[in-house]
Amino acid sequence: MFPLLFVLSSALNPNGTLTGSNALFSKIGIDSFWRILSDDKSPYLLWFWNTLKVATVTAVASTLMGALAAYAFSRMRFAGRRFGLITIVVIQMFPQLLGAVAIFLMMSAIGDVFPAFGLNTHTGLIMVYLGGALGVNTYLMYGFFNTVPVEIDEAAKIDGAGHARIFFTIILRLVAPILAVVALLSVITSVSEYLIASVLLIDPENQTLAVGLVKLVSNPRYADWSAFSAGAIMAAIPVVALFLALQRYIVGGITAGAVK
Amino acid sequence: MALSTRSPRRTASRQPALPSTSVRALLLKIVLLAIIDAISIFAAFMLVLQDNWVVAIVVLVVTALVNWVYFSRRLLPAKYLTPGLIFLAVFQVFVLLYTCYVGFTNYGTGHNGTKEQAVSSLLASSLQRVEDSPTYPVTVVDRLGELGLLVTDPETGDAFVGTNDEPLSRVSGATLEGGKAVAAPGWTSLTFQDVIARTDEITSLAVPYSSDPNDGALRTPDGSNAYRYLSTLEFDAQAGTMTNTQTGVVYTDRGTGAFVADDGAELRPGWQITVGFDNFVRAFTEQSIRGPLIYVTIWTFVFAIGSVALCFGLGLLLAITFQNARMRGVKYYRLLLILPYAFPAFLSILVWKGMMNESFGFLNQVIFGGAAIPWLTDPTLAKASALLVNVWLGFPYMFLICTGALQAIPDELTEAATMDGAKGWQVFRQIKLPLLLSTTAPVLIASFAFNFNNFNLVYLLNNGGPRDTTTSLPVGHTDLLISMVYKVAFTGQNRDYGLASAFSIIIFLIVAIIAVVSFSRTKALEEIQR
Repeated sequence: MFPLLFVLSSALNPNGTLTGSNALFSKIGIDSFWRILSDDKSPYLLWFWNTLKVATVTAVASTLMGALAAYAFSRMRFAGRRFGLITIVVIQMFPQLLGAVAIFLMMSAIGDVFPAFGLNTHTGLIMVYLGGALGVNTYLMYGFFNTVPVEIDEAAKIDGAGHARIFFTIILRLVAPILAVVALLSVITSVSEYLIASVLLIDPENQTLAVGLVKLVSNPRYADWSAFSAGAIMAAIPVVALFLALQRYIVGGITAGAVK
Repeated sequence: MALSTRSPRRTASRQPALPSTSVRALLLKIVLLAIIDAISIFAAFMLVLQDNWVVAIVVLVVTALVNWVYFSRRLLPAKYLTPGLIFLAVFQVFVLLYTCYVGFTNYGTGHNGTKEQAVSSLLASSLQRVEDSPTYPVTVVDRLGELGLLVTDPETGDAFVGTNDEPLSRVSGATLEGGKAVAAPGWTSLTFQDVIARTDEITSLAVPYSSDPNDGALRTPDGSNAYRYLSTLEFDAQAGTMTNTQTGVVYTDRGTGAFVADDGAELRPGWQITVGFDNFVRAFTEQSIRGPLIYVTIWTFVFAIGSVALCFGLGLLLAITFQNARMRGVKYYRLLLILPYAFPAFLSILVWKGMMNESFGFLNQVIFGGAAIPWLTDPTLAKASALLVNVWLGFPYMFLICTGALQAIPDELTEAATMDGAKGWQVFRQIKLPLLLSTTAPVLIASFAFNFNNFNLVYLLNNGGPRDTTTSLPVGHTDLLISMVYKVAFTGQNRDYGLASAFSIIIFLIVAIIAVVSFSRTKALEEIQR
């Protein structure tokens, strides 16, 4: 618990340096919040907006793609189904981080043809995240989809609903808890992701909070520690709030997965 | 993969009613596909412009497949799988293959283009003005933002035009003024003001004299007169050699991706070639690379196993305590435990980094009363610190897992064991723990895999440091394999993509072996076999 108190205390400390933050709650003020918001060299609000954008789009798109794939694997029987599932599980064992070099080279090549999707763009970063997330998400959701009784689909089918309508209007509502969990995990992952974001995003205005804040305290001796702490608190609030709001689902989801 | 659809357990007598796709859904589908088609046709067009035919064809074929999948009445599973599969194929599978390819090349600083690019950039960088060069009257001209020189031959009076990329070629229909060509069709002549404004661009222009790079180039210092420049290097395409015309040193292409002189001196830049297993041979034989590789690998295992064991132990201990404790406010304690887990990890790591600072950090200044404990600067202590922080980050998760797993163990088991005379510790050791381990095995394996590549922790906490000064690689004492790859590829004077990818492949192999072993020992895949 303690580091959290420390960061809260130094965020409220108007002093600035790391040394000055050592006496907990000795001074209280909101100067450092203003400093981080108004500093020209570190466009905090832009970073915040970038992170929000990347995390939201990634979460929505990857959850939807995972749900589509999980639906196909769970409800349809086709040649290559088992092979496909195993392949997805095996591929997910290879973390995308290891391919960072190749991703960088590939994105710079894409950028030559299509500047909007290449290096230094959020679209590019989101696409990379989407590629890395599919395996885990599909596997997580596949298990949950299987718990929804097939009879529901069949009843709807008899009533004349097409497969698309069954999926979008019936199944997606029934699996809402797992959608929430997957989306939240996706948000947390992409907010915290540093390696690929730091490799792909070059201009300070394009960077995410992770890349920007790390740069801000790269030299702890001279860094404005209070401003960093203030930034950290503001960055953490949405994630923590989301987490606490969905806590029940997450804990349930994790433990259900563990003891299945 | 042959796809055919068969809905599970569909009653044969009751066929579904006619497809009730509403008009709106159909329209939406058409619009979405149209957007995708437009983007990919544009991409293919751009690729063709860059002579990249293979990729252009791949793009078009994939687009056609996507259209076929969504307009066909069959192929139902494919309709649901295609979006994910495309991203998976490009950003995971292709990336994997491409990493393997780069691992067999010398791609990196000084080796990042083709041989032709290397030759022309070498020749261009060694240009020197010919002392008795004739003076060529020139006009600076512009075509769509690209600058060129309109040159008048002082002997014949003919007009030529060329740019940085295009050698001089004769133009017909040039406007002459006092024997000097001042305008040419298709080109805009720069006014005096323009010339002043774009001086830097103009003085860096070097228009090749002919298509043979050994003929040198024309350059203009002032925008009105140009002189002949010749390279001090001479390229012999047949022999594949570069000769320095001033010193007479001959540099030869010996298949190492650069021109090398007899005394071993290299001309930079070189170019990209495949080097076979060279990177791997270097990794395992060159002392300055092998040393770090070995101890980084050992530390990676120690770190991953240590993190999992400590987090699991601590989490389990707490879970048991909470289960047995009859204290009040368990709910709030649980919330307190979950908070560090909810706080974004990269921020916690940065906070720890500040607290562990040797001269200003909270730990030394306040808790240890001004002691100078080198938390992050002593090689051994830095490793302990990395583990400490990682355990702090990871044990709440294990606590949640263990709580869930403990609750799933039926009370009857404990009761039965107690009836048989087992003591509390025996019950735990011989009944609960084995059950717990078997149910949490998948989580432990996943956690191991995660920590094996826990880049954020070591890189953000300490930058992998303290730096190991005994090696030329930018490696530190707490670096994991993954952060070593990152540093070799993206930091330091020399970016070595080839070596970094070779390291990646080595990690792939380690991970693959672990995956195969652990999968064969757990039931993770059994569910799929149903």
